[in-house]
Amino acid sequence: MLHDINLHIGVGETHVLMGPNGSGKTTLLRTIMGFAGLEVTEGSITFKGQDITHLPIHERAHLGMGMQFQRPPTIAGLKLGKLLQVTSGGNTQMVGESAAYLRMDALLDRAINQGFSGGEIKRSEVLQLMVQKPDFVMLDEPESGVDLENISLIGNAIARLLDKDVHIVNRKRSGLVITHTGYILDYLDADFGHVMCDGVFRCHGNPREILKVIKTSGYKECLVCQKI
Amino acid sequence: MSEDIDRMADLSEQDQERLAQTGLEVDLKNRSGSFFQVDQDIKQAASLEKGIEVLAIADALEKYDWLQEYSWKLVPRDKDQYTRYVAGQPEPNGFVVIARKGSRTVYPLQACLFLARSNVQHVHNIVIAEEGAELHIISGCASASYAKTGSHLGVTEFYIGRNAHVTSTMIHNWGDEISVFPRSASVVEENGAFLSNYVCMQPVKRIQMSPVAYLKGKNSVGRFSSIVVSTSGSYMDLGSVAHLLAEGASAELLTRAITTGGYIVSRGMIEGQVRNTRGHIECKGLILRDGVIHAIPEIKGDVVDTELSHEAAVGKIARDEIEYLMSRGLSEDEATATIIRGFLDVKITGLPDVLQKQIDAAIDAAEHSGF
Repeated sequence: MLHDINLHIGVGETHVLMGPNGSGKTTLLRTIMGFAGLEVTEGSITFKGQDITHLPIHERAHLGMGMQFQRPPTIAGLKLGKLLQVTSGGNTQMVGESAAYLRMDALLDRAINQGFSGGEIKRSEVLQLMVQKPDFVMLDEPESGVDLENISLIGNAIARLLDKDVHIVNRKRSGLVITHTGYILDYLDADFGHVMCDGVFRCHGNPREILKVIKTSGYKECLVCQKI
Repeated sequence: MSEDIDRMADLSEQDQERLAQTGLEVDLKNRSGSFFQVDQDIKQAASLEKGIEVLAIADALEKYDWLQEYSWKLVPRDKDQYTRYVAGQPEPNGFVVIARKGSRTVYPLQACLFLARSNVQHVHNIVIAEEGAELHIISGCASASYAKTGSHLGVTEFYIGRNAHVTSTMIHNWGDEISVFPRSASVVEENGAFLSNYVCMQPVKRIQMSPVAYLKGKNSVGRFSSIVVSTSGSYMDLGSVAHLLAEGASAELLTRAITTGGYIVSRGMIEGQVRNTRGHIECKGLILRDGVIHAIPEIKGDVVDTELSHEAAVGKIARDEIEYLMSRGLSEDEATATIIRGFLDVKITGLPDVLQKQIDAAIDAAEHSGF
């Protein structure tokens, strides 16, 4: 499904991944996270100098990887607050502060994603990542289906996740963000952009300039572009 | 052995632990009363609460002539071979609880039926909640760690009066060679509510029951919840039946069943017999290791304006749920246990906290033994 993927994300860098629906963006994220049903047939995935190509998902998480799901499953009976207690190692204060920041306090006693609105699902995902504190965050369309008020809330939270409040020299956390609209770029100052079509990278460059081209000419320009 | 046991505290530490897993307290700290029967010997029948009587059934029948009107009226003596056996005993055993008009218990009353040496333990219980009474009963049934074989035959008749509210929570902890045949029935009067909860997460050879509720008062409510885990070699045939017999009556039958190799038949039957009644059956099953879950929900509407529905699902733990939790750092085993825990976590409305905690503790115990 994916071919010739050559991607290097340095410490403190934020990369943006764009591309038409079905081009393989989510598949790339899921492959990096290690989900079942996706097999790396050639090459390898390296994280913090370690070959993780065949590591199980939770060991990748322990190494410092985290992922925001576009459509996370509902887990009946498992309260959001309970999961956060577990993933935070029992740090009730941190859970409380993060939940308050994302205005999720009232939902901590609800089963994860059960009856959550679109915006609540996104906030729940970002909240889980805030508590998990990954060094490398993968975000799958964090702004889709979110209203304007919530976009700034989620955008600022993600900026924190990616150390955007830390001087660029000291920034430690990295990210790979899928976006269609580019709204999230208003909060992130992404460093690099990539365009994927049919499972292949078609373009690498400045994320804002790439977005500008896509906005005016669509992805058809990328398909014929010989720049890469 | 049984004749040496006069109080729960006389049991071995191991057997006290087995009873604790059924939600019983040896020190009765959070209890409003207690009944304790070992095999056929009644060791204790006492109430700590005003307005509530706890009696051995033989004493109660002697004390109150009117009680005859309540004995074998909901469960027919000749219903099956088990009821015939219990009815045929020259010396009846079991308890009678009478919650007088308007009485309320803060703490539940506990009934402990302990099978030690007998081959057959038989009990006949009658529970009467008079008008406006609120009563919570927790029945813990267990067999001694040294009891390898045996049967428990229990008949219970519940009478829930007008505006009365009764919860009956039964937690079982039998052995893998013990057979259990509870036979119970209830009648609920106007605005009364009967909540029956059943939990069994430990091995049992065979259990078969199908309590019947007659919701004959206007706006009466019946709710049956079962949380069961069937291990290899266990056979469980569980069901509940509700008859909606008055306007506004409603019933809900809810089951969470897990098999790790055992056989579960989950039945449910609601019959809407008059107008303006509602009923719903929900059965969810998880097959963790090859075993059987056979869900048989039945609904029967006899008139217009009765609304009945059912949903049943049997399956496995979804892979995407496990991977979702793994991406948060939980190992596959931890993720699986967490999802199972959530699956069984049925919050039962109207149940006192102390009883919900007992149910949670039973789930914890099963979780720690790895289901």
